[in-house]
Amino acid sequence: MIVVDVKKELIGYKGKFTLDVSFKVEKGEFLTIFGKSGSGKTTVLRIIAGLENPDEGYIEFDGKVYFDSKKGVNLPPQKRNVGFVFQNYALFPNMTVYENVAFALDKEERDKVDEILKVVELYNLKDRYPSSLSGGQQQRVALARAIVKNPDILLLDEPLSALDYSIRLKLQDQLKKLHKMFNLTTLLVSHDKPEVFKLSDRVIYLEDGKIKKEGTPREVFIEKSISGKFSFYGTVLDIRKSDILNIVTVDINGNLVEVATTEDFNIGDEVLVGAKAFNPIIKKIS
Amino acid sequence: MLEILKQIDYSPFFLTFKLAFITTLILFVVGIPVSYFLAYSKFRFKSAFEAVVALPLVLPPSVLGFYLLLILSKNGFLGKFWEENFGHQLAFHFEGIVIASVIFSFPFMVHPLTSGFKSVNKSLIEAAYTLGKSKLETLFKVILPNMKPAIITGITLSFAHTIGEFGVVLMVGGSIEGETKVVSIAIYDAVERLDYTTAHVYAAILFGLSFFVLLVVYMLNKRFEIK
Repeated sequence: MIVVDVKKELIGYKGKFTLDVSFKVEKGEFLTIFGKSGSGKTTVLRIIAGLENPDEGYIEFDGKVYFDSKKGVNLPPQKRNVGFVFQNYALFPNMTVYENVAFALDKEERDKVDEILKVVELYNLKDRYPSSLSGGQQQRVALARAIVKNPDILLLDEPLSALDYSIRLKLQDQLKKLHKMFNLTTLLVSHDKPEVFKLSDRVIYLEDGKIKKEGTPREVFIEKSISGKFSFYGTVLDIRKSDILNIVTVDINGNLVEVATTEDFNIGDEVLVGAKAFNPIIKKIS
Repeated sequence: MLEILKQIDYSPFFLTFKLAFITTLILFVVGIPVSYFLAYSKFRFKSAFEAVVALPLVLPPSVLGFYLLLILSKNGFLGKFWEENFGHQLAFHFEGIVIASVIFSFPFMVHPLTSGFKSVNKSLIEAAYTLGKSKLETLFKVILPNMKPAIITGITLSFAHTIGEFGVVLMVGGSIEGETKVVSIAIYDAVERLDYTTAHVYAAILFGLSFFVLLVVYMLNKRFEIK
């Protein structure tokens, strides 16, 4: 189990705010930190990895203290057994796919490289350089490199945000598969709700450095006023006025639907389309 | 024509390249830690340090040469130390002009290396750290291989600048045959003696070499850019 309880003064686009989070991650759990950009979610990951120091706090991995401001304990990143996948992948341009992954290991464990490359379906590209790979392939190399040495926690910093929709879906499946296969403890940072829903066991909703909500994706995102039997997340693409009604076109994971409503929406709103007593209703997600 | 070329003494070239090679080697070894510090450290008085490193760019060679002469002669602390341990002072000796060249060409190595260090994406370094690699291993396996253009620029500029320096070497080394008389000084000497033929040959060779060195750098850098 991983215990995180940290505070740090941050400067965001709205000015200063305090990051103040406290949570636990169970072994094998897939936890997501969800929040808008500038909410401090990436900083949390960087603090866990030891790439940034909190002003005060405590971090513990399976009983081993990584950081304790009271006792002056602060392990450098090298001594923390974490796998970090960066938003820009951070693959070493001077190394081949194989060398990138092998870099994570000591010489005597190098035979694990082929194995992991086969799992992420990159074995036949192992002698290529990162610059000749597609975004999705680069992402898989980064993932393989991060998990090959069996980290205590896999930290993913918006790993799929730069990819096309279809590739993103495929990689989400792969991520889920890897998570199960290696029984990884995973902490994902994301601002993509469908992604969070699909992958996470539990979500922490971070806003301005504070935890606003915490629970399963369903508890965090779906409001109690709607029974979750028939409801889908989407984005408003278009609004047409028709007499007293608004006809709203919503993109639900690539499916376009039209819903009539009396409420007002703006284009780009994130909405929940659901049915209540057989009539579909549509609500803005706060 | 060939007769004339055969009569000319080419030993100043040998000396010049020996000087440039040794200077560049020392600068590379010293330049890497200094540039690493300048690029990544948040040390409070870094600006002062940066200013000192850049000083040789703006100081007249005669000023630098004068101070170096004081330090390197048998009354200066370095010259004295050398005389006690190696039997001769540093001024007017090859070792003396090596030290002078290293100081004079310092910014030509440190500046390209510093911007090279800064150009390496920070997340590459952080990735190496999270993969358990020490700072030293990260430096040699990740940072340096990914700043090759900066390294090539630093090495060539230092080398070329050392070949071309005149004032400092003249002040510190004088013009001693086979010891401190490098090509640039030999040209000056030849002109003073009104030996224009020798001056012509030396100057033309230096001209061609300098162009060739720079051409190679730009060609190499272009290759790295495409990759």
